Amino acid sequence: MESTEQIVARINAAIPTAKAVLVPNEAPSGQTSILVATDLGRKVALWLRDDAQLRLDYLSNATGVDWPELVTKQKVKKKKVVDGVEKEVEEVVESRRPPYLEAVYHLYSMELKHGPVVLRLRTGNRSDAVTLPSLTPVWRGAELQEREIYDLYGIQFEGHPDLRRLLMWEEFVDHPMRKDYVEPDDYEYEPTPHDEVLTKAKTHYEMGQPAASPK
Amino acid sequence: MHDTRHLDSQAQPSYRVESRGHHGASDLLEVSMGPQHPSTHGVFRMDVVLDGERVVKLKPVFGYLHRNHEKIAENTTYLASMPYTDRLDYLCSLTNNWAYALAVEKLAGLQPPERAEYIRVITAELTRLTNHICLIGFLLQDMGASGTPLMYAFRERENILDLFESLTGARMMCNYMRFGGCRVDLPPGWLEQTSQVLDRFPKFLEEFDRLISGNEILIARTQGVGVLPRDLAIQSSATGPVLRASGVNYDIRKVDKYGIYDRFSFRVPLGEHGDVYDRYMVRVLEMHESLGILKKAIQDIPPGPIVDPKAKIRGFRPKAGEAYGRIEGPKGELGFYLISDGSPNPYRYRVRPPSLINLTALEDMCLGQTIADAVIILGSIDIVLGEVDR
Repeated sequence: MESTEQIVARINAAIPTAKAVLVPNEAPSGQTSILVATDLGRKVALWLRDDAQLRLDYLSNATGVDWPELVTKQKVKKKKVVDGVEKEVEEVVESRRPPYLEAVYHLYSMELKHGPVVLRLRTGNRSDAVTLPSLTPVWRGAELQEREIYDLYGIQFEGHPDLRRLLMWEEFVDHPMRKDYVEPDDYEYEPTPHDEVLTKAKTHYEMGQPAASPK
Repeated sequence: MHDTRHLDSQAQPSYRVESRGHHGASDLLEVSMGPQHPSTHGVFRMDVVLDGERVVKLKPVFGYLHRNHEKIAENTTYLASMPYTDRLDYLCSLTNNWAYALAVEKLAGLQPPERAEYIRVITAELTRLTNHICLIGFLLQDMGASGTPLMYAFRERENILDLFESLTGARMMCNYMRFGGCRVDLPPGWLEQTSQVLDRFPKFLEEFDRLISGNEILIARTQGVGVLPRDLAIQSSATGPVLRASGVNYDIRKVDKYGIYDRFSFRVPLGEHGDVYDRYMVRVLEMHESLGILKKAIQDIPPGPIVDPKAKIRGFRPKAGEAYGRIEGPKGELGFYLISDGSPNPYRYRVRPPSLINLTALEDMCLGQTIADAVIILGSIDIVLGEVDR
């Protein structure tokens, strides 16, 4: 199979507005990935599926990743001229990674038996711009996996035929796989009449005294 | 029109019966099958709409066994989630271990020594045998062949579980693989014991074949039922025996040649029709091929170390990066996707569950079939809810 660089170049030649970028990977696995412009995600996916050299007909894995805002401080040594003398001064440089959610797709070809090609789509942020194009119309294998991403990460997939929660129940409000998710103190808490009864009962006896049994 | 009034007065927690008025000639009946149902293989629910006995709509409902395995693994060290992978597909803990170890080895650049690779192949193929016999036993149970085939199958499975117990200390929750190798070496005499079990195995397969494969009722119940066409199988990312029963030649042992699978010659059984019978037969034939691999591996296994000396148990921190590792599990492609940020815990830990993804096309397989066939179609896909819901 051709290298990721070549695939990125061919995507940009075929769909110039896709703005495909190679995402490096320093791990020994060497699985580099392709990041494309959010709105053209489905077009690129269709191209990857139908291109004669790639024929990526099999979507193996689709998953979400949460990247909250990250500010890293690095000390950088710089040469500065102070009072006419050149000195080495340490400066703290702040770099800021904007917050976003990411959907990662691992693609293989069953016909040509190669892969993986890793496709990444990123949302604008983690709060209001969380819509990505659904790839379920391209590979149906994404159907349940995108439902899972929606459920656990809160990415809205536009064009998904049946976007409901997959693992959590429908009334659940949060997205548990996000890094800043806080667990409720009691998962089984339900506001039941029992609580009202309890408050009422407290008015019937003095604090510290055992409740009188009903006569 | 079906009279359902008598059901209203009784407590029927798992069957919700609702009259939907007239739809053409007959009435539609909505049945909520599960989550407590003997033939859904665990806490799995299907919302089925029936026209008489025929399925007109089927929606699977997941999540009853969800415990957010991925979040738990992201909050602990790499090694600490190794025993937890046993609990995903609890019938195949050794292949789960291998898939996870493979992904971490790709992430950290570890290379298991020769002997460890052989042990991995032997344990994985034994796991494939146990999984497939279990499945066939359960499938026949679902079909109404109560007891006998399942007990025959479990008798053989028990022999293999005894081998796992003497090797790892546990029958099912093995927790055996480590990053860059295996936890302990084979106990003395283990390979001979394994050979003895394997020598008896073809006799069982033959006996089982005579008892079941040509059985008239089995053929009538399974052939042409739950057909998954080739194109739909690829489109919906089906893997493993489900995919190969539809005639797609895709076995990750052959495609990726992970571990040392390039040293074994084995055939990949393929189905023609993609029905329940083909899915059954593909598994039976796969067991025959596994026996061949096992024999060769037991013959060739070299002495030597079982863990990569570069592998660190304490303070294991892979460099920042990501890796996706996958193996041909007994149920299909089992993959682990890991992102490291250089800390002792994985930043992202994802399991690609074959059981869940093979269910994508469940509705398409079941439409137009009877409700009793929906049960065996689900059985033939081979799911374990520990992996579906994670």
